[in-house]
Amino acid sequence: MSDFAQTLITALAIGSLYALIALGYTMVYGILKFINFAHSDIVVLGAWSSYKLAIWILPAIGLDPLNLKAPPPFWVPAVVMLAAMVLCGAVGFAIERLAYRRLRRAPRLNVLITAIGVSLLLQNFGQLSFIFGASPQSMPQLMPNLELVSFSFGEGESAQRVVIGLVDVVIFSLATVLMLLMQYLVFHTKLGVAMRAVSFNTDTAALMGINVDRVISFTFVLGSVLAAAAGFLLVMKYTSMNQPAHATWVLLGLKAFVAAVIGGIGNVRGAVLGGFVIAFVEQFGAFYISSAYRDVYVFALLIVILLVKPSGLLGTPMREKV
Amino acid sequence: MTTPQKSDHTKTSQATVSSSTPPSSTSGGAVSNTLTGLLPLAIGIAVALTLHFGLPLIVNAFYARIVMDIGIAIIMAVSLNIVNGMTGQFSIGHAGFMTLGGYLAAFITYYGSMLIWGDVKTHGGLLGPGELLFVSSCIMGGVLAAGAGYVVGLPSLRLRGDYLAIVTLGFGEIIRVVLQQTGRVINHADALKQGGLSQLIPPPVGGALGFGGVPKYTNIFWVYTILTITIVAAYRLKRSSLGRSMISIREDEIAAQAMGVNIARQKILAFVIAAFFAGVAGGLFAHESGVIISPQDAGFQRSFDYVIMTVLGGRGSITGVMLAAGILTALPEFLRDFDQYRLIVYALLLIIMMLVRPQGLFGIHEIWNMWPLRRRTTKATVNAPSQEAT
Repeated sequence: MSDFAQTLITALAIGSLYALIALGYTMVYGILKFINFAHSDIVVLGAWSSYKLAIWILPAIGLDPLNLKAPPPFWVPAVVMLAAMVLCGAVGFAIERLAYRRLRRAPRLNVLITAIGVSLLLQNFGQLSFIFGASPQSMPQLMPNLELVSFSFGEGESAQRVVIGLVDVVIFSLATVLMLLMQYLVFHTKLGVAMRAVSFNTDTAALMGINVDRVISFTFVLGSVLAAAAGFLLVMKYTSMNQPAHATWVLLGLKAFVAAVIGGIGNVRGAVLGGFVIAFVEQFGAFYISSAYRDVYVFALLIVILLVKPSGLLGTPMREKV
Repeated sequence: MTTPQKSDHTKTSQATVSSSTPPSSTSGGAVSNTLTGLLPLAIGIAVALTLHFGLPLIVNAFYARIVMDIGIAIIMAVSLNIVNGMTGQFSIGHAGFMTLGGYLAAFITYYGSMLIWGDVKTHGGLLGPGELLFVSSCIMGGVLAAGAGYVVGLPSLRLRGDYLAIVTLGFGEIIRVVLQQTGRVINHADALKQGGLSQLIPPPVGGALGFGGVPKYTNIFWVYTILTITIVAAYRLKRSSLGRSMISIREDEIAAQAMGVNIARQKILAFVIAAFFAGVAGGLFAHESGVIISPQDAGFQRSFDYVIMTVLGGRGSITGVMLAAGILTALPEFLRDFDQYRLIVYALLLIIMMLVRPQGLFGIHEIWNMWPLRRRTTKATVNAPSQEAT
């Protein structure tokens, strides 16, 4: 029972990270109809720039980042996260402006290849020794390692403890707040209406007076900002980070994309649902079946869902016009 | 999709049909057809022999290795081009087929040599008994990969475009993870003979570290012979009615179906044929000196390399894809001096290429269509493959 509860807590935390990343994929796919392979590298950028900022800010306020005796003041993680979000937003804007915008009318495969090119570029640029370097690093513990809630199942010697850490709570609540903001933005603001209109039909939206370029730029910025938050929260939970071009990052991005597809690509609520579904399948499969095959569960679920309901859990099937 | 783009499609399809008419003359009787049919194979094998014996005299082992790598990359890219370029499906799991075939081939040669000769050294020279075992194991690898290609091809009946891409990607990842869970390599013939069948589950192919100790049979002769067979097969396919029906699926699936093309069969066939050659190429790769085939090879990064080659070469252009495969394999080796800037330059080249020449080096044409004299037959250079949202 305690194992179940602990796995559930991990799955909720990881699921909210997948959901945040999946939102970026699903919004870009909804509007431009291509897989933005560079999105996972924005997550990497978010994680690594948080690290760089942290080891730059901490000495400035008189703390040793390698040997933190007490957690830094609470504004440090907040500033780091906001700065990473701003940086990633700017990079996301630049990528769309410089690379994807010129390919708006190109075949989708070419856009996909460009995305792979941008992804390779970001990865290897990040690996340069004067940017992030090509070796794994350990993120300083910016948040206190608190056990907020801890309860036990069973009595006496056989009691098994379940711990909910501060980090898990922060990840889940911050991600929920960001997702609610997204929900509000997409469904209750004028900009959101414009985004949905562009996603529905770009040409008609342009005829209705919507500035399509601006909406697309905004979508990229929004997705990148969410990805940056996910990257930051990820290294808060798992402090050891692989180098920017490491395959685990790409796999993280892929799983988030799978989450978007499972939920119904282009559907904002679906991406959130998919993120949690993926995390549950992955975590519970890893715990109860075998942790070696954790990636297999995710992709197997994807294939099953695509075969049974190709439009995803919440997606609406699209009719093809001849 | 809007109406003007639709009409673009029709134009392109007409252009495709006219421009892909065979440039060489097709007249002649059945006998001369058979002879001219065998000619490219003979030339290819002659070139392979010349390279095999001539190249070591001119360049050192480093460059000979690059020549071999280029050969394998061309086999991979040309075979992937059957799915991605000709049929217009989008597979990014091609390295999965390659690794699957490579592992089976390595398994057969490694344990085969152990049972036959008692050790895993190479046996016999060119066309010796060891090489015959090696070549047949490569073909077995190809057959296994073709079987996997059939399974992966099945979802393509229901899924289009990006969804199919994700499924093929997932397939490659599943292959990678499953191979990581395999058992340790058995080092001694005695242990193998005494152990019984139970030691084959899980297959003893090295787990996450890769399958080391495979005899190094791959040489330039075999790479370029198989390369020749692949190219001839791909070219014949492109000119055959089967190939034409595949191209019609690329241009417009619904129209093709309306004209009586069996879409399901052609799509699966494209996957099976492409996977077969990928499996054989995997066998060559697994037996190359300096290579330890590992689960990582089935991952998406290697698959991306081949996708990039087909796109840069031009979708459906066999010669263009060959050229792109050659350049993209050789380029990183020569950019090695720049070390950490090497892959940045590579990525930038890719993006710039997509921005300035999105149809690839040759578009849908072969090299000889690009000759100045033949300009008039190649009007349409814009290929607009229609991968609409499902």
